[in-house]
Amino acid sequence: MVYSKDQLLARLKELQIDFSQYEHPVVLTVEAQAKYVGNVGGALSKNLFLKDKKHRYYVVSALADTKVDMKVLSQRLGLGKGGLRMAPEEALGEILKVPLGCVTPFALVNESASHVSLLLDKGFKTQECCIFHPLSNDMSISLNAFGLDKFLKSIGRDPTYIDLEANPPVGKDQPPDRASLVPSGSTVLPDLPEKTPSQDSSGNHPSAGNNSTAVTAKADKPSNAVQNVKEKSVNGVRPLIPSTDAGKFVEELLDRTSTLLLSEISEDSIKRHGGQLGAEVANNIKKCLREDLKNLATIFKNTAYTEGFYAGTHYQPKRL
Amino acid sequence: MEKVEDQNPQQEEDQVVNPWEVSAKDGGKIDYDKLIDKFGCQRLDQSFVDRVQRLTSRPPHVFLRRGVFFAHRDFNDILDAYERGQKFYLYTGRGPSSEALHLGHLIPFMFTKYLQDAFKVPLVIQLTDDEKCMWKNLSVEESQRLARENAKDIIACGFDISKTFIFSDFDYVGGAFYKNMVKVAKCVTYNKVVGIFGFTGEDHIGKVSFPPVQAVPSFPSSFPHLFSGKDDLRCLIPCAIDQDPYFRMTRDVAPRIGYHKPALIESLFFPALQGETGKMSASDPNSAIYVTDSAKDIKYKVNKHAFTGGQETIEKHRQYGANLEVDIPIKYLNFFLEDDAELEHIKKAYGAGRMLTGEVKKRLIEVLTEIVERHRRARAAVSDEMVDAFMAVRPLPNMFD
Repeated sequence: MVYSKDQLLARLKELQIDFSQYEHPVVLTVEAQAKYVGNVGGALSKNLFLKDKKHRYYVVSALADTKVDMKVLSQRLGLGKGGLRMAPEEALGEILKVPLGCVTPFALVNESASHVSLLLDKGFKTQECCIFHPLSNDMSISLNAFGLDKFLKSIGRDPTYIDLEANPPVGKDQPPDRASLVPSGSTVLPDLPEKTPSQDSSGNHPSAGNNSTAVTAKADKPSNAVQNVKEKSVNGVRPLIPSTDAGKFVEELLDRTSTLLLSEISEDSIKRHGGQLGAEVANNIKKCLREDLKNLATIFKNTAYTEGFYAGTHYQPKRL
Repeated sequence: MEKVEDQNPQQEEDQVVNPWEVSAKDGGKIDYDKLIDKFGCQRLDQSFVDRVQRLTSRPPHVFLRRGVFFAHRDFNDILDAYERGQKFYLYTGRGPSSEALHLGHLIPFMFTKYLQDAFKVPLVIQLTDDEKCMWKNLSVEESQRLARENAKDIIACGFDISKTFIFSDFDYVGGAFYKNMVKVAKCVTYNKVVGIFGFTGEDHIGKVSFPPVQAVPSFPSSFPHLFSGKDDLRCLIPCAIDQDPYFRMTRDVAPRIGYHKPALIESLFFPALQGETGKMSASDPNSAIYVTDSAKDIKYKVNKHAFTGGQETIEKHRQYGANLEVDIPIKYLNFFLEDDAELEHIKKAYGAGRMLTGEVKKRLIEVLTEIVERHRRARAAVSDEMVDAFMAVRPLPNMFD
């Protein structure tokens, strides 16, 4: 049974989710949609229906302004660089049961979409309201991310918000950070609190069970251990965190200097230089650390300048 | 400032070096002496290196000491003026065609940073997002996005924000910059630009009208918010030598519109891991070391893909030594190993067969890993706000301090 727009709206009301609805002529693009609901105070969304080479499907729902790089996303999901494509038009109707130009997170209410992975832009959370199509493109509804969450949970979905513009390195030591979002072989049947209206007896699950591993190629470690990409340094020095904290900055400088100092002073070097060891070590430290410390200082300077610049460009002139 | 896809029909079977194609004769090595002759630029000899050391009171950069930057035009004029107390500004740039930068891309930026520090001069960095949009057929948004991403890596090279202005063509072209573009455009005939860049009747007009965009950052009046009133200020352009034909055009036009000719300081090409004859290509990740490579990646790439001049067997190697002419690890160390004495020692021992390829590779891996690590950490410290600040059209009151 395919959900209709009216059924969806009824469901939202049942769940006591606050939303506003706006009817308008059929629109196929965000630009066209903006003409009608661009000024209602909600953030427009762009919604992509994607598929990977193993016929797994994804709905990526983002703020219209968020830049979505399919290559980066593909890598973060562990699909390699060119793993993601726009899904073919037929899939829209078959799986999401929506017409062209109507991709929306709400389409996941349909049984046929139960194995489709949903990626939500974390930017939605900072908006008061976000605008989506409610299963048809002659209407837009505006609701808070909180409301969207409520709806998704009601169909057994765990809403996952990610920073779609992030581009963490993916490689041998850094497994794809979002590999867990790739649909796994076993279809997760939605845990529906109220029975959904009578379903298609065939329970359409197109190409869900292609393989059992959710992660391909690059990741060395199991996909469930979604690792945060941490900066590691070769010689064990703490990773650099951008900051204008003078204390931290000085600690970093002193750390490096004392590490080098300690390595320079050994029984051996004491024997070799005797009283001259001080001058010798001082020279070496200067030689080895000069460039390094200058670089750190430049980063500190640039960060402080940036803070000042930001403050300056947002300053409110005195009211006279 | 990147290579253009179009081909100029080869007139001789000689090596081909121009902004869009670099290939050696018969698949051999580039003959740099011939190149200097053909282009008409000058060799940067040791006297220059010494003079730079004297003027800046600090050891010259490793790229100068090792002859990586080996050719120039009018660099002596720049130094003469500097000695008289007249400063100059630096101009370099990047065509943001891909997110992944490799070490070869960083070379002009590393050297430019040294020049900025040593001479205490300001710098403008041009991101030719419009060029990439046109040549690589990227969307406007994508090329702008890549420009910003590349800007982060460039900033990570350590430029001083109080002396550096980064701009993207899509953002900045207009006003005084555009006025200079028109002045330059009027001085270059269609035939001339076809001769330099090999445009054909099939090329779209965007390409044909692009060259002035890259020429005018050489003129201080293109940046009224920085150099207003300083029309006399000279410009020095560090770049790879394949850009030379391009700036020949600029230097030809400059006096005709009343500006100083920009000076150039030019570098060798950075060889691909597979050897001088190989080409570094974005589609082959094993042809270069990327700034996003992990320590493991670097180790793997150097060990498995670096072309070496070592002999096939240890016995042969001990007897004949390595062929330093083609050995990539040695070439890379030449670029990146700071310690002159250590490099000499390695070259001697390896050339005589006392040191094995594995040891040389190991040392290279250490050096490269340190560079890439340092870059990554600096990159992590670059926020979007910092990019905005670097790219803001703002005065730089302390740019000569």
